[in-house]
Amino acid sequence: MNAILNFFKPKRGVHPTEHKAESTQLPITKLPLPPALVLPLRQHIGHLPKVLVQEGDYVLKGQLLAEAEGAVSAAIHAPTSGTVSAIAEATIPHPSGLPDICITLIPDGKDVWVERKPQDWQHADKHALVASLRNSGIVGLGGATFPTHIKLRADSASNIHTLIINAAECEPYITCDDMLMREHADEIVQGIVIAQHLLGAQRSIIGIEDNKPQAIVAMQAATAGKHITIVIVPTQYPSGDARQLIRLVANIEIPHNKRATQLGVQVFNVATVRALYRFFCLGEPAINRVVTVTGNVQDPQNFEVLFGTPLPVLLKAAGGEKPNTTHFIMGGPMMGFDLPSHDVPITKAANCIIASSPALFAPPPPAMPCIRCARCADACPIQLQPQELYWFSKSDNFEKARDYNLFDCIECGVCSYVCPSSIPLVQYYRYAKSEIIAQDKAKEAADLARERNEFRLARIEREKQERAQKHAERALGSKLDGAKAEATKAEPEKNEAVTPEASSEDAAKLAKQAAIAAAVDRAKAAKLASQQAGNAPKNVAPTNPAVQQEIAEIDARRKSVGLEKTADVSSNIDAEKQAKIAAAIERAKAMKAAKEAEKLEKND
Amino acid sequence: MNRSPYITNAPSVSTIMLKVLLALVPGIFAYVWIYGGGILVTITLATVTALLAEALLLKIRQRPVKPYLMDLSAVVTAWLLALALPPLAPWWLIVVGTLFAIVIAKQLYGGLGYNPFNPAMVGYAVLLISFPLIMTKWPAPLLLAQTKLSFLDQLNFIFSNILPNDVKVDAITSATPLDYLKTQLKLNHEVAAIAQAPIFGTFGAKGGELVTGAYLLGGLYLIQQRIISWHLPTAFLAAIAAISLVFYAINPAHFANPMFHLVGGASLLAAFFIITDPVSGPTTPRGKLYFAAGAGVLTYLIRVYGGYPDGVAFAVLIMNMCVPLIDALTQPRVFGHEK
Repeated sequence: MNAILNFFKPKRGVHPTEHKAESTQLPITKLPLPPALVLPLRQHIGHLPKVLVQEGDYVLKGQLLAEAEGAVSAAIHAPTSGTVSAIAEATIPHPSGLPDICITLIPDGKDVWVERKPQDWQHADKHALVASLRNSGIVGLGGATFPTHIKLRADSASNIHTLIINAAECEPYITCDDMLMREHADEIVQGIVIAQHLLGAQRSIIGIEDNKPQAIVAMQAATAGKHITIVIVPTQYPSGDARQLIRLVANIEIPHNKRATQLGVQVFNVATVRALYRFFCLGEPAINRVVTVTGNVQDPQNFEVLFGTPLPVLLKAAGGEKPNTTHFIMGGPMMGFDLPSHDVPITKAANCIIASSPALFAPPPPAMPCIRCARCADACPIQLQPQELYWFSKSDNFEKARDYNLFDCIECGVCSYVCPSSIPLVQYYRYAKSEIIAQDKAKEAADLARERNEFRLARIEREKQERAQKHAERALGSKLDGAKAEATKAEPEKNEAVTPEASSEDAAKLAKQAAIAAAVDRAKAAKLASQQAGNAPKNVAPTNPAVQQEIAEIDARRKSVGLEKTADVSSNIDAEKQAKIAAAIERAKAMKAAKEAEKLEKND
Repeated sequence: MNRSPYITNAPSVSTIMLKVLLALVPGIFAYVWIYGGGILVTITLATVTALLAEALLLKIRQRPVKPYLMDLSAVVTAWLLALALPPLAPWWLIVVGTLFAIVIAKQLYGGLGYNPFNPAMVGYAVLLISFPLIMTKWPAPLLLAQTKLSFLDQLNFIFSNILPNDVKVDAITSATPLDYLKTQLKLNHEVAAIAQAPIFGTFGAKGGELVTGAYLLGGLYLIQQRIISWHLPTAFLAAIAAISLVFYAINPAHFANPMFHLVGGASLLAAFFIITDPVSGPTTPRGKLYFAAGAGVLTYLIRVYGGYPDGVAFAVLIMNMCVPLIDALTQPRVFGHEK
């Protein structure tokens, strides 16, 4: 009966072949020291940390190499003792494939620790503990890499009641959290206790997918006697998405415009809480993580890897890649990305490396038109209408795409996974999102420029009136003096009665004359200015002379600082910012052009 | 580069269409059993015409021919149209209808995925309006016909309109029960009396019931395979049952019972194969319910009050027009949003 009922229930998410067994046959292996470690400064979301060392410096294991700078940032530590050989750009594991600043460390092989300072977290001041976390280097190890000290910051506004530990690990192939729970459940549980203490949360819930029975047993044993609940959730991708998991284990649906913390829920990955334990109880900063190496390699397994370890070292430890390997994927097959080269370092975000081959991940067949079968809509965990979003994104109808909640899309890839027409739906959404963001930025800049221009025009108008007023007053003043003298001479008694009348009449006349004179002056000045500028636009209706003068002045100023005259008002905004926006738009356009070219190619 | 997901697990468009064709096979078998092998000729003719027309139009529109022919959507259109037409319709009728469906209703609107109207129903409606006499003249089921035509006789009749010696057209054709019911009701006969005519079976048309049952079988297969969603057939049949029950309850002498409307005519073919066309239908679950219910009610009203015996084609086309509105008004609640 249940089977029949389930048939009619909409099935959110998908259940791809797990491929987890391959990499769980061997225990987590500690990788030997590589010949060099390359540590990108950008291993987290937020600002780049400030480098504290110089080339040639000798550093100890766990020593701070770069400290968090700005509100959202994370520190970088030396994963072992050795010498800083370079601080230069190198390829980092990022979808953009762009190089970024990295610190290269040559290990001395001694692996000497700095002085480690475990903390009495049960009794120490919470604020001091969280403050110390700022330079722990710990970030979300589930892949989001958000600095952890910010998530634990216990300000008065936050009122976290529930701590959720994400152990779902819903992506196929990835097993690092599974293996970590099997082997280090105690450390994870102690980390949970610490996190709960720091947050002041009333309860902790661990969400684990039911395809990890050994991990569940280990966690149950480790949590015995503690007030920690384990909720076993069905294996259904993407249950590991934070909002999905919160709904699954705590039955709380986080509104789209709120953060989980606003509803009193905080989520941490299992590896992150373990790092918390090691930081507070052992005094170790974040210098390593567990990485799954799987796919087209000889011996798929999990390794404990120092950050900065070059990928080839890791691959060699996994028996090397099989011959028909084409490239490497970082992350899982649903949301991962192609590594720009195989010579990249392992970073804090690297939960899984998959060697890819055509046999493993066949290139998708050419996309067919959407037949509106709505399989994507049935599978979308956010209950979006992917087929409508696709239609809007494809036709550049971005406003509609936004109306249909494009920005709620978590890019989990479920829609593409179930699409009979093999449409790369997520790519369309990424494109539409980047385009909308670029447009918003441009619009913001234009609005700002328009506002400034309006303000400027108002100011000019005000100044003009003030000038006319002054002229009038001055002229009236001199005339009045003369009139007064005459009147005193002729008829002293009448003077007081006549003067106000005469003066008001005269004043009006004079003011008018003064205004005319001022206007003529301005016109002359404007003419002069435009002649100087030499390139007065001809098809523009003659504006207020004062405005023209102002424009001429601005042009002159601009020339003096080396900026050419531009026609539109947005030239007021910071040139650098504009250049950035232009670059962003160009990128989006290039993406679109590439996509169109691809489409054409397919149609041929 | 970010081009995830790297894995997919979806039947291709071709597979989906193939399963639809497969689901029609029991119905076709029943058809042959009841009306003879002529339907096979009709289906073949429609299929060939559809594929040729599709290939030609793709060529003209400078689209790749092979992948679009392989998607089999043109074949599905051809089969559905052929099954909707009278089994012994002349060859040119089938060709004209198929051409209209593929060329005008499908390719000129942009081909697969872009047609706002169900192509098979456009073809059918055009034929029904243009050639009403031929379109309402159905052959009698073999078990009722005074003269039984052999397969070759049927083939000959379709292509040359020539019947074997001493056989009259009237001898092989009869009114469909829906048609008969309509004309007899106009003569002030009562439903119960009309239903005594030999063309009526237990529930619907004699013999036709079997075909209908076979469609039901194929339809259930499509639901089980998740090719079609249960919303559409359920709401369609429920709507027909509900509205016919209301009328039947008011005046059983003048209105046929719900069972007759469910089993008779093209109700089940429409429920599982016609209103389920994804391209011209709505995509939201609630939208599907409204769309199908609307089509059901319209089908009934056209049957009872319209000028044509069955109302499926017009009902579907009218509901196709409402699809953008239905979709816009039935957007499901998005995760994390208020309704």
